[in-house]
Amino acid sequence: MMLMKRRDFLKAGAAAGAMASLYGCAGGGKASGHVIVVGGGYGGATIAKYLRMWSEGGVQVTLIERNPTFISCPISNLVIGGTKTMEDITVSYDGLKNKWGVRVIQDEVVAVDAAKRSISLKAGGAMTYDRLVLSPGVDFMWDQIPGLNNADAQEKILHAWKAGPQTVALRQQLEAMKDGGTYAIAIPKAPYRCPPGPYERACLVADYFKKNKPKSKVVILDANEDVVSKKGLFMKAWEDLYKGTLEYRNNSEVKDVDVKTNTAVLEFDKFKADVLNVIPPHRAGDIAAKSGLKLINNRWVDINWLSMEVNGTPGVHVLGDAIFPAPTMPKSGHMANQHGKLAAAAILNQLSGMEPSPTPVVMNTCYSFVDAKQAIHVASVHQYDAATKVVQPVKGAGGVSAARSELEGKVALGWAKNIWADMLA
Amino acid sequence: MKLLPTVAALSLLATTGAAQAADPNLARNLAATCANCHGTNGNALKGSGMDALAGTEKAKILQKLADFKSGDKPASIMHQISKGYTDEQLDLIAGYFAAQK
Repeated sequence: MMLMKRRDFLKAGAAAGAMASLYGCAGGGKASGHVIVVGGGYGGATIAKYLRMWSEGGVQVTLIERNPTFISCPISNLVIGGTKTMEDITVSYDGLKNKWGVRVIQDEVVAVDAAKRSISLKAGGAMTYDRLVLSPGVDFMWDQIPGLNNADAQEKILHAWKAGPQTVALRQQLEAMKDGGTYAIAIPKAPYRCPPGPYERACLVADYFKKNKPKSKVVILDANEDVVSKKGLFMKAWEDLYKGTLEYRNNSEVKDVDVKTNTAVLEFDKFKADVLNVIPPHRAGDIAAKSGLKLINNRWVDINWLSMEVNGTPGVHVLGDAIFPAPTMPKSGHMANQHGKLAAAAILNQLSGMEPSPTPVVMNTCYSFVDAKQAIHVASVHQYDAATKVVQPVKGAGGVSAARSELEGKVALGWAKNIWADMLA
Repeated sequence: MKLLPTVAALSLLATTGAAQAADPNLARNLAATCANCHGTNGNALKGSGMDALAGTEKAKILQKLADFKSGDKPASIMHQISKGYTDEQLDLIAGYFAAQK
């Protein structure tokens, strides 16, 4: 495989689009040009690698990410449960830099000018692109929970719904809680990032309590009318493993919080917890939500399923949790990785003067732990349907585990290792 | 060396006359949907418990997939995933992985 050495790439990186002349591939149908990727999570890291790999170094890729390392949301509930550490879920960007020749810049994009095909960086300066990929994840709608709409409150009542410092802080709150205390987790109305994630977290905290603080309780305050994902399997785990420890309350939307007393304010009720974990409703990450891109329900970016390109904004592609999803498509890291590959293939076609493939396919696999060792899954496959112009779930395919098992727990950890390598190594 | 899978895919398309012949990289794109678990280009990490598919004989991969699809081979998840792909797509995927190192 022809890949540039890093120093050569950095030299070339000074001029966008210089790669085409460097490699002299014009005429061979090989893609060239400069793609800027914003956000180095499951979607952004994947597309950065696959653009470089599939173009055999022909396309120049700049990845702009505000964090110094990748920290995984999947598996982070095991850190909160106390059986994994932050090191276990942290991966370096060195593979993207050194093996794949991606230019990784630690910074934040503050503005997009789609007409001029340029972005502005927080640290100053601008960069131009041939194609822009935004994979910004989600940001929270703090105004929906007024008491949480300030920095001090957000340091006390945590979401821990973006893996990082909040993951550590929530674990510390649980460790500091006295035995006999109550942990409450508030789930927003769907759609939200990682549908089974809150139920998994409730299980893992209950498992920790059972083993270490047996008089303590877990309460799930779910804004939805029913368990959103893997319902039968979660309810069976609660019945078999956490009876008397874990309580599920549906139709319990948190409208506000009283930070002083750690109290969740519901429509007709209040709930005081020792550790209150509120996941606020979310929408497309700021850079996607505030750049004039077409949104659906004023929250999620409206994209074309052949290319992940934003409807009405040529040259800008959006991946992952920030998009308005296809029917039954979850906001998951696995799916964001699949979006990244779909868009990488489409962009390379577009950069070589071809149409995107007319028959894209994406699939999802999502494992959830119900205790420190046992896991369950949900899977689905989505094929492009020309009539609706959407990737539709294949009927008769996909499904959930027959039962929770330690085997699936091992598979879940194997999944994590492989997908992290697929994105970053 | 990167040409191999493309050539394999093209010859496959020629012989099967698949309706989805429009994109020359179709086999590559389809196989990439498996890479989350089975590794980039089928090179799953050693010791991860996932089948590494790179370089595995095409007929062998196809037989396994057919058995998952029919339910002959017990699985925790592959019976559900294999049913999401057409036989033509599985043929392309198996051909692509067989051609990888």
